[in-house]
Amino acid sequence: MQDSIIYEKLTSVFHDVFDDKSILVGPNTSASDVEGWDSFNHINLVLAIQESFGVKFTSGELESMESVGDITSLIKKKLA
Amino acid sequence: MVEMTWLRNEPEWNVRLDALSVDSPKEQWRGLLRLATCRIDFVQTGKLDRAAQRLAKQGFPTPPDLKRVKLALLGSSTLRHLISGIRIAGLRRGFWVEVFEGDYGQYFQELTNTQSALYDFSPNVVCFAFDAEFLHSLSNGKTDATLAHLRTIWKLAKGAFNCTVVQQTALPVFPDLIGSNEHRLLDSPQACLSSLNYALRSAADAEGVDLLAVDKYAALDGMGIWHDAALWHKSKQEVHPVVSHKYGEYVMRIVGAQYGRSSKCLVLDLDNTLWGGEIGDDGLQGIKLGYGSAVGEAYLAFQRYLLRLRDRGVVLTVCSKNDEVNAFQPFDEHPEMLLKRADIACFVANWNDKVSNLRTIAKTLNLGTDAMVFVDDNPFERNLVREHMPEVAVPEMPEDPALYAQILSDAGYFEAIGITQEDRDRVTQYRANREREILKDSVTDISSYLIELRMELSWRPFDETNLKRIVQLINKTNQFNLTARRYSEAEVKAIMANPYALTWSVRLKDRFGDNGIIAVVFGKLNIEKDFELETWLMSCRVLGRQVEDACMNLVAKGAQDIGARRIVGEYRPTSKNSMVRDMYPRFGFKLAETDAEGNLKLVLELKDYNVRKTFIMISEELSHAR
Repeated sequence: MQDSIIYEKLTSVFHDVFDDKSILVGPNTSASDVEGWDSFNHINLVLAIQESFGVKFTSGELESMESVGDITSLIKKKLA
Repeated sequence: MVEMTWLRNEPEWNVRLDALSVDSPKEQWRGLLRLATCRIDFVQTGKLDRAAQRLAKQGFPTPPDLKRVKLALLGSSTLRHLISGIRIAGLRRGFWVEVFEGDYGQYFQELTNTQSALYDFSPNVVCFAFDAEFLHSLSNGKTDATLAHLRTIWKLAKGAFNCTVVQQTALPVFPDLIGSNEHRLLDSPQACLSSLNYALRSAADAEGVDLLAVDKYAALDGMGIWHDAALWHKSKQEVHPVVSHKYGEYVMRIVGAQYGRSSKCLVLDLDNTLWGGEIGDDGLQGIKLGYGSAVGEAYLAFQRYLLRLRDRGVVLTVCSKNDEVNAFQPFDEHPEMLLKRADIACFVANWNDKVSNLRTIAKTLNLGTDAMVFVDDNPFERNLVREHMPEVAVPEMPEDPALYAQILSDAGYFEAIGITQEDRDRVTQYRANREREILKDSVTDISSYLIELRMELSWRPFDETNLKRIVQLINKTNQFNLTARRYSEAEVKAIMANPYALTWSVRLKDRFGDNGIIAVVFGKLNIEKDFELETWLMSCRVLGRQVEDACMNLVAKGAQDIGARRIVGEYRPTSKNSMVRDMYPRFGFKLAETDAEGNLKLVLELKDYNVRKTFIMISEELSHAR
């Protein structure tokens, strides 16, 4: 899957989870850039990503996701 | 399967939600309620919940017909992710739910400290949702000790808040140590949870607590879907967020049942719903029904399920586009047809549109249309009913008739917390009603009809034996209901305990059978020696039979006996109760007060009351103990 498609899908997931259509998702986007990205919504975000891409993250991976860049590379690894 | 497959799919759901924001607040609420009845996942549930909370916070009042309920969710791990599902499942069935989430593990302090935030919140429903780890650690897997603790907190909650209590069963999250015969390893955590879940059933029954059987639902969907060990470790969420919308649905089904809001009537299509094919075209020999073909057996199995629902009190009716003679034929003549015409309380077969027919059925049976579930294989008919009667529940029906029974069961429309004798007797009661109609046609005047009925009215104050039926009537009766106030079981119990209150539950028998409890009246004596009637309602089945006259005599006598000088009655108009607007004036009450909402207060001087003459024999089963 191409990066551009991943970002496009991620953007739509972010819009749904955070109810904000103005969020622009880039590799460096992290919790501090998005209002409402707290530990509670982090789980919702991860689950919505899992559903959307049809992937499943391990507990170790759940710990290591800090930015959209981390998430993207994990998705790419899973889909490879 | 995390989808709620019985709900209708709305492909444009997200677009519609976004589009709502430009509407007027009233339209927005309407839109939100409709979106709540669509097939949505946990992300959409969260979005819808945020939209509803935003609207409420902006100061736009929730629609007045939403019942407000305060629910406290108390547990031992993260529960926050379950709240939006509960609130949206509330909207789906006409409740506005405020949820209190206890700090985890703090439930005991919250329950015992009268200064706690929980006391401040004062819930109508307390739901205990403990995780399996916690339940196991409470007493190291010893069922009796765990149950003893649960009984203690159930009593604490009921005593403190006069609330109903829901107890979640244990989710069997522990991996097996043995396998099929796990129960032989007495200290296996999984075996301990199984015994606990088993024992919980009778313990909850004994204490009047209703169970939230997550163990059952997780088994249905798959434990792997309901629980994810990785999430448990990461965020202490025992119930997986992807099923949170279903969890909320299950919670609110129980709350709905506690408030008497479950559906009570099934409206069934015929062709391709009760049998395969079309009776008008295919004829008696051509329709698919009965043994010998998988499809024929599938319809048979569905009919068997419907009969079982009927036996526990669901009213079965038919609404079909057919000539009546064709529609009757399978019921009367098909050798394998399980449903008979006597099982159908109201049978409508004609070529009118189904919306009008549904209204006719509701009227004939004196049921609210919001108590109906409409089952039809034809998407056109389903959408027509949804469009014009949003209050009617309309399940999406699967292609395969083999799945019909399961979809009705999954949809949980008829969730019940107990089955009353009236539920079981309902079919015979509707049949007796038909016989009464025949008598009515054979006599010439109303007095001879009433005499011929040989009516016997018996009454007693509310007590444990009739409590469930009373709560059911209080929450379901819309038309003959002077105040339309709704009360939970706990609230009714509080009235029973009030020494200044008088309560009547009234039963009517006649030569055709027992109608069961058909009227509920209660009121309180105030310090001015006025007897204030808070609730007066009657089942519409017995309209026009002088029951209200007989009840008025009872109330006047009761009020006099406790020293009242006047009776104060109230009429609070709703969209459905205009039929009783003039009841109090008919008995000689004088209008005393009208408030801004059009609620009336009416007063009767007891010394002026003329006892009403009726053709009803009265017997008192138990008197008001003084």
